[in-house]
Amino acid sequence: MSRLRAVVFGVVGIVLLGVLWEAYKAFGPAAGFSAFNTQLLPRTSDLAMPHLVDMLTRTVQPTNSSADSQPVWLAVALACLSSLGTAAVGLAIGAIVGFGFALLMLRFRIAQAAVLPWLVLSQTVPLIALAPLIVAWGGRIQIGAFAWDRWMSVAVIASYLALFPVAVGALRGLQSPQVAHVELMRSYAAGWWTTLVYLRLPASVPYLISALRLAAASAIVGTVVAEVSTGAKGGIGRLIIEYAQSGSSDPTKAFSPIAGAVLMGLAAAAIVALVGLSLGRFRRNEVAT
Amino acid sequence: MSAVDVIGVSKSFAVKKATVVALDDVSLTVKAGEFVSLIGPSGCGKSTLLRLIAELDSPTSGSIAVFGKTARQARLDQSYGIVFQSAGLLPWRSIAANIELPLTLHGVSRTARRERVAELVELVGLTEFASSYPEQLSGGMQQRVAIARALAERPGLLLMDEPFGALDEMTRERMQAELVRMCAETAAAVIFVTHSIPEAVFLSDRVVVMSPRPGRIRAVIDIALGDVRGEKLREEESFFAGVTAVREALHGAPESTAATNAARGVDSR
Ligand SMILES: Nc1ncnc2c1ncn2[C@@H]1O[C@H](COP(=O)(O)OP(=O)(O)OP(=O)(O)O)[C@@H](O)[C@H]1O
Ligand SMILES: [Mg+2]
Repeated sequence: MSRLRAVVFGVVGIVLLGVLWEAYKAFGPAAGFSAFNTQLLPRTSDLAMPHLVDMLTRTVQPTNSSADSQPVWLAVALACLSSLGTAAVGLAIGAIVGFGFALLMLRFRIAQAAVLPWLVLSQTVPLIALAPLIVAWGGRIQIGAFAWDRWMSVAVIASYLALFPVAVGALRGLQSPQVAHVELMRSYAAGWWTTLVYLRLPASVPYLISALRLAAASAIVGTVVAEVSTGAKGGIGRLIIEYAQSGSSDPTKAFSPIAGAVLMGLAAAAIVALVGLSLGRFRRNEVAT
Repeated sequence: MSAVDVIGVSKSFAVKKATVVALDDVSLTVKAGEFVSLIGPSGCGKSTLLRLIAELDSPTSGSIAVFGKTARQARLDQSYGIVFQSAGLLPWRSIAANIELPLTLHGVSRTARRERVAELVELVGLTEFASSYPEQLSGGMQQRVAIARALAERPGLLLMDEPFGALDEMTRERMQAELVRMCAETAAAVIFVTHSIPEAVFLSDRVVVMSPRPGRIRAVIDIALGDVRGEKLREEESFFAGVTAVREALHGAPESTAATNAARGVDSR
């Protein structure tokens, strides 16, 4: 019941957004609104704010005038899939490394004191500053037939963003068991690993799921931004730039990859939610984060 | 051989520069198969004493032996089963899997495990709930599961810290009767922490009365009510005599005003 409600609210929200867009376009000031030389509200021209219908029709038309060009939606979908793959690799690496950090911090008090501040600090390094560095480092890697590719740099950047929520969430989850449960395991003479497997890991599942949800979103954003700043080909980030550059001549085209990126984020969230459903047994005492 | 020998045990906690003396020179012997209750006002160190015997904490001075072994060795050997005030069941494991946990951890074979779990759910009267989850059970039922879990490895000693503290009076009396029956079946020694005088008298062979700050044993009262204890016992003269004896020991002098009982955090239900 509540799920149906959520869907209804979601749809109403999207429709409302569309109505708002068209209403502003119809009734807003043509030159937009600016104060102190800053544009606060956009112009309502077709160039700045195309009609929704035009955007939709544009998605089914070919990308460019060459004879064998794909329709826009297909190009966007393919780019999204490529980015989604990169983000998944990044998420996987980030989750594994983040979980490793969490285990380390759980096992050694000192590690928690030593690693956690660095983790927090690492998240304040701007992505844009990091991207060229990683690309440059990656460029030097060449092991036999294996050569570093641009998309791998993108995946590394995505993993870097995904790592933090997983590390913090997993640590919280692993530390979540009640004292009584920990003492019960102690009364069973259970060692650290046994306690981990039978108590801490199952107890951390709800925390891990919500951490993964955050991490998936971070990995997607990281992938798109990293694709833009490293110029990696094939992904949706690149497409957003490409289509935006054709903005003055083809303004409706630019919105397709943006919508694609949003849908991609939703798809990622849905995948994590599915994983969560399969672990329902461990979420009987669900936590809210 | 006695089940537990506590000899001259003291325990103090350092709390922000100050030290809290939870136990001061406590000595206590529990014979095999004996049922001993610990009773006393809140903060007199009952839980602390139990935790020391379970080696969940270690004494500041003095020594503890469980079945002639050090407390640590007894814990490693699984010589005791423990039941906390909250049932402490793992919410993601079914009732059967919760009871099975200690057996699983100690490498008991699958078939032996299944047999033992079937016996235990039978013992605590929860056979039809074996595949339910803890959240689907009432507090009293959960507590019975916790008791079954503590009995899983047939320990010679059962440590129970206010296991019925959160239950209503009726469930509580039924659980007490069941506990008496189970103890008769398993022949385990029991150390039972409680706040209730009638509960202590109904269950115990001996009641240990403690006093607070610092925690000491004030009196040990023998309750000679025999091994067979049915509901009738609660209305008998010998039972009331036991209750009165414990109450007087708790209050240090023969007095019987309900107000002081309440004030000292001990109820006389
Ligand atoms: N881990 C601890 N750190 C500091 N002080 C503690 C700790 N555990 C117990 N104490 C102190 O030791 C004293 C005895 O505590 P204990 O829990 O054994 O009391 P109790 O008799 O079980 O009380 P209650 O009937 O309320 O459960 C209390 O004063 C308490 O504050
Ligand atoms: Mg206590």
